[in-house]
Amino acid sequence: MIKAVVNVSLKAGVLDSQGKAVLHALESLHFNNVKDVRVGKQIVLQLDGNDKKAALADVTKMCEDLLANTVIEDYEIELV
Amino acid sequence: MKKVTILQFPGTNCEYDTKYAFEKLGANTEILWHKADKVPEDTDLLVIPGGFSYGDYLRSGAIAKFSPVMKAVEAYAKAGGKVLGICNGFQVLTETNLLPGALKRNENLHFLSKYHYLKVINNNNDFLKNLSVGDVINIPIAHHDGNYFIDDAGLQELEDNDQILLRYSDANGNVENPNGSLDSIAGICNKEKNVFGLMPHPERAMEVILGSDDGVAMLQGFLKA
Repeated sequence: MIKAVVNVSLKAGVLDSQGKAVLHALESLHFNNVKDVRVGKQIVLQLDGNDKKAALADVTKMCEDLLANTVIEDYEIELV
Repeated sequence: MKKVTILQFPGTNCEYDTKYAFEKLGANTEILWHKADKVPEDTDLLVIPGGFSYGDYLRSGAIAKFSPVMKAVEAYAKAGGKVLGICNGFQVLTETNLLPGALKRNENLHFLSKYHYLKVINNNNDFLKNLSVGDVINIPIAHHDGNYFIDDAGLQELEDNDQILLRYSDANGNVENPNGSLDSIAGICNKEKNVFGLMPHPERAMEVILGSDDGVAMLQGFLKA
């Protein structure tokens, strides 16, 4: 089994309203050293097989086709 | 008599309002379950109505893209068939790349459900041909993810090709942006002007007694030759 961790977040330059709201909430809690917050989502996949190269190719295609909307989102894949 | 085919996914909830609206205007309608593998041949207009297809899981409209019927919808649109996406239907059309851009979470993070004024920006298309450029109409919005985004090059292309149909405004036609949409965009069409998408709900503005009948002129555009 291969575990793939996919992190999807809004692209740099695309306003992240949730991140802004969290930043303001942290400020109201007096965490004044926080300069920026980006909120994303994490998708964890369990894959059959042990071929990491093939798994990476598969998960990349999954991201392009479904897991991320590349008009507004970036994705990062980590195989564990 | 024109035939309007209305798609239905698990989680769609505006299909009967849409059916009512088009029948009130004299059209024949058919609600088409998403497992269908073709669009009925006599279809004059295909509508993807509002709702929460697949519970808005992952992203609004993202899973509906893979419903069996969507391959047929893509073929229908590529062949020049007219497609209208309302609210979740607009989200499905951007996810399917039948319309450019994407719809993000509303800037203030709230679900917005209220009447909102819209200004007509371009009317050289079937959808808005009964309205005039600069007209201000009052149509309900009801969405969480209506914050339209497109990159600079894409925005320029929309402007160059008269693809921006509607902008959010106040009663006087001045920009008033409820959800953070880029350029206050509420509705667009594709370059070929046969695929239309908007976040507001014209099918909910069909009679004055319920608040507004400004949706009539919009939907009628598809039914008149």
